[in-house]
Amino acid sequence: MTDTTEAEPQALPGDGLREGLVDELRRRLGEALVATELRPNDDLWVRIDTASWREAGEALAAMGFEYFCYLSAIDWMPSPYGRGEDDPTEPPPERTTEVVQGVTGGATRFQLLARVTDTRRHVGITLKSDVPDDDPTMPSWSAVYAGANWHERETHEMFGIGFAGHPDLRNMYLPTEFEGYPLRKDFPLLARMVKPWPGIVDVEPMPADEAVPTESPDVEHAETDSTAVAAAAAAEPDTSEPGDAST
Amino acid sequence: MTDLSERQQLSYIAGQAADARLNVELETEGMTLNIGPQHPATHGTLRIIVRLDGEQVVWAEPSCGYMHRGYEKLTEVRTYPQVTTLVNRIDWLGSFANEVPFILAAEKLMEIEAPPRAQWIRTILFELSRIANISLFLGDLGVQLGAVTPAFFAFRDREHVLNLIESVTGGRFHPNFDRIGGLKDDLPKGFVDETRRVMRKMRTYCDEIDDLLIGNEIFQARTRGVGIIPKDVALQYGLSGANLRASGVDWDLRRDQVVPMAWDDVDFKVWTHPDGDSFARCWVRLQETREATKIVDQLLDGLPAGPVMAKVPRIIKVPAGEAWVSTENPLGEMGYYVVSKGDLGPFRVKIRSASFNNISVAPWVLRGVYVPDVITILASLYFILGDIDR
Amino acid sequence: MSVAIEIPYWGQSLLRVLGGIVAVLLPAGTIVYVFLFKMMSFMQSRLGPMEAGPYGSMQLFAEVGKWMQKEDTAPAAADHRIFKMAPLIVLLSTFLLVAVVPFGPDAWLTNFETGVFYGLAVSSISVLGILVAGWSSANKYSLLGGLRAAGQLIAYELPLVLAAIGVVIQAGSMRMQDIVVAQNAGSIFGWDGVGNPYLLTQGVGFLVFMIAVQAELTQPPFDMPIAESELVSGYMTEYSGFRFLIFFIAEFATVGVFSLIASVLFLGGWGVPFAWFGWEGIDDVDNWMNVVGPLIMVNKMLVLSFLIMWVRFSFPRFREDQLQRFAWKVLIPVALANIVVTAILKVAV
Repeated sequence: MTDTTEAEPQALPGDGLREGLVDELRRRLGEALVATELRPNDDLWVRIDTASWREAGEALAAMGFEYFCYLSAIDWMPSPYGRGEDDPTEPPPERTTEVVQGVTGGATRFQLLARVTDTRRHVGITLKSDVPDDDPTMPSWSAVYAGANWHERETHEMFGIGFAGHPDLRNMYLPTEFEGYPLRKDFPLLARMVKPWPGIVDVEPMPADEAVPTESPDVEHAETDSTAVAAAAAAEPDTSEPGDAST
Repeated sequence: MTDLSERQQLSYIAGQAADARLNVELETEGMTLNIGPQHPATHGTLRIIVRLDGEQVVWAEPSCGYMHRGYEKLTEVRTYPQVTTLVNRIDWLGSFANEVPFILAAEKLMEIEAPPRAQWIRTILFELSRIANISLFLGDLGVQLGAVTPAFFAFRDREHVLNLIESVTGGRFHPNFDRIGGLKDDLPKGFVDETRRVMRKMRTYCDEIDDLLIGNEIFQARTRGVGIIPKDVALQYGLSGANLRASGVDWDLRRDQVVPMAWDDVDFKVWTHPDGDSFARCWVRLQETREATKIVDQLLDGLPAGPVMAKVPRIIKVPAGEAWVSTENPLGEMGYYVVSKGDLGPFRVKIRSASFNNISVAPWVLRGVYVPDVITILASLYFILGDIDR
Repeated sequence: MSVAIEIPYWGQSLLRVLGGIVAVLLPAGTIVYVFLFKMMSFMQSRLGPMEAGPYGSMQLFAEVGKWMQKEDTAPAAADHRIFKMAPLIVLLSTFLLVAVVPFGPDAWLTNFETGVFYGLAVSSISVLGILVAGWSSANKYSLLGGLRAAGQLIAYELPLVLAAIGVVIQAGSMRMQDIVVAQNAGSIFGWDGVGNPYLLTQGVGFLVFMIAVQAELTQPPFDMPIAESELVSGYMTEYSGFRFLIFFIAEFATVGVFSLIASVLFLGGWGVPFAWFGWEGIDDVDNWMNVVGPLIMVNKMLVLSFLIMWVRFSFPRFREDQLQRFAWKVLIPVALANIVVTAILKVAV
């Protein structure tokens, strides 16, 4: 009735296997395989030409990468709002919005990101592909991997990337009439915009930061009472992070 | 085996027939039923729109987003230690397990590794979250199928596991205990003995559920042959965890990939089931809970001594780079694709949660089944709303 | 019959009406408190209500008070008059049903010639109430629940009747009182130590009857019309306040009344084996049995409703088609075979 397998520690899927995969992918896709990056003992990235995105999916499915893990996108433009910690009363600081791509490079602001896995050979591939800046539309994977359907819907509503050949690009999460694409970096996180981030206000210096000796208001008040000073001094070591012990 | 797949074929044909009836002139009047967002069976706020012909589902479409909290956006304005607080709330029944892959990804980018003792304690807490999560699933399964008693057994015994988690982390639901480079603290005194006792109790609980629910004839009649997901479909939709293994795919990230956790050092069995139906999914989960208690026992035996925190800078800046780490969470494969630009916080985090993929198969598998089977199938697929919507 | 105290006719009628109300509400309250609150809690390793009164014994009144206070709402699209009437129809069937149950040699509400026939007939009035409740709520879940209830109650009416027919054949009468007497005055192949409770000689019939009762009461594993996890609460979804309370009372009162009927049909009713006291027939039974009889009935009722509740708390729910298949392919053939065997034995022995 049940088919069980002993949990034998499997051999690490070698980098040789990954190199072989790159070779096979290059054989199947040719020029469409723009760039690859193999981090030893870790993972394999490949960048696919925009037009061949769908063919790449088909090739991988044929190579045994049957397990569809996820599909999403990255907006490589740094956010013009930083981390949302600016004081709204001050004029916003100058920030670079220069687009710098990550692993395997690229040429466009948006990149598609996907991952498929071969459950037999225990190896996964992360795929990337440039999304054209002027017309952010990519071929759809929903016919290749059925699970890509929902992921493409999500990517569409979060990044505004269209998918040609997708049966139904309705919004997954947001209301139908929602405007804007929340995960684009130029979409402001309004909660951070309307009021300063409280975390930036009540930062206290670390106790071990002796370079900046600060007197807390409590101590000033307690100047007349020497026992309170002693109590505050005694309480001080407790405020240190437990992680400090090992540093 | 064969008559089960025949039944699936029949239900598919019935679905087609219901479709056809809607298209001819003598159509029976269909009915669109909204199951949720407020419904006892959706444990959360999932809404499933089903088109019914009598009691038969013509098509079904889950509608998510009632709990979308925008974590992927929020991670971009948080520092790395702050992100663990967010990801805690994705799968809220197995919170600690959500933190681990993110921390591992950050550690991978920083090229540090937690000390062995921290890895072992992480694995113990990870498996405890799995037990807490799946034991509640097993109880809830009864409620979905009309038997109320198992749910109370589940709450009774899960309490002990939550107490254990609380004794280590101080939090029952959202521990937020994992740190880059190790753990916040060491185990408390007496944890090992207490855990062994609780693991024995959980094994008894599994036996009880096996007797009361999984072995019950009515339960089997309700679940066997219902909602069959064949191997290739499961893979295509990216089903993971017990759902994938119940479809006969022998794939467990704990065994099949290398992460700096202690799973390599223990001996455990990866259970699979060839049927792919609702029963198989429940059965695999029951076996997994048993297996998890054994893993915890073994980990307690070999717990290494040493520090629980590696040397990390006080202010954590993660070097630029990209990393993908996924682990076998209670619900399935949970992974984070972390892009760093050498900043205090991540540049982009793609959260790959298990339930999103697991529930995306629903329109396919719900076609042509009856309304009670909708509940059975959804219960057996086991989703958590926070894990779908993130 | 020898009634020591002569009670005028109006007095007897009043006693019977009051007795009927007590016979419906007392079992309902007992079942809810003892089984639903306490026994279920202990089975599920918890305590149940503990705050209202000693061991939560006043919880029932608290619950009733809570429901009475609540607003009596109805959906805008509901068929208001029928919507409001439906719970009363369901409760009505319970009151009509208890009318044929004898509690003692003279302590009966009515003494029909065709008591069994009448009982089984009025028990199906509740189907009407449930069906109109489901339809008039203007709610899709309620509609599905109502339709499921109609299908289920009609399907299980049949095994219920067929199982009772075995008893009727053996007793040779449809009068409930005669069935009680036949069991207590009877003997099993000449041995009259315990009389002839039909639990022993109609065992198959008893099994079929109790399963059918479980389905008639829409208790798990046959609770598809309510099916909390599927249909929210089935036909009761839109009801609140005291109308829901009436449904609730009717549900548990019917458990009690069906247990009473089952104990009359299969457990010897109010009687004790007549051989113990040397009674020959109903005319010899002493007057104190009018007091002890009801107590015996309550105990038997509690035993049977314990069984019903025990099953309720333990089993998951069938699917609608499995339920129908079980009724038509298993229960009805078994009940028919039981009738045939009973009839043959009746004629042969």
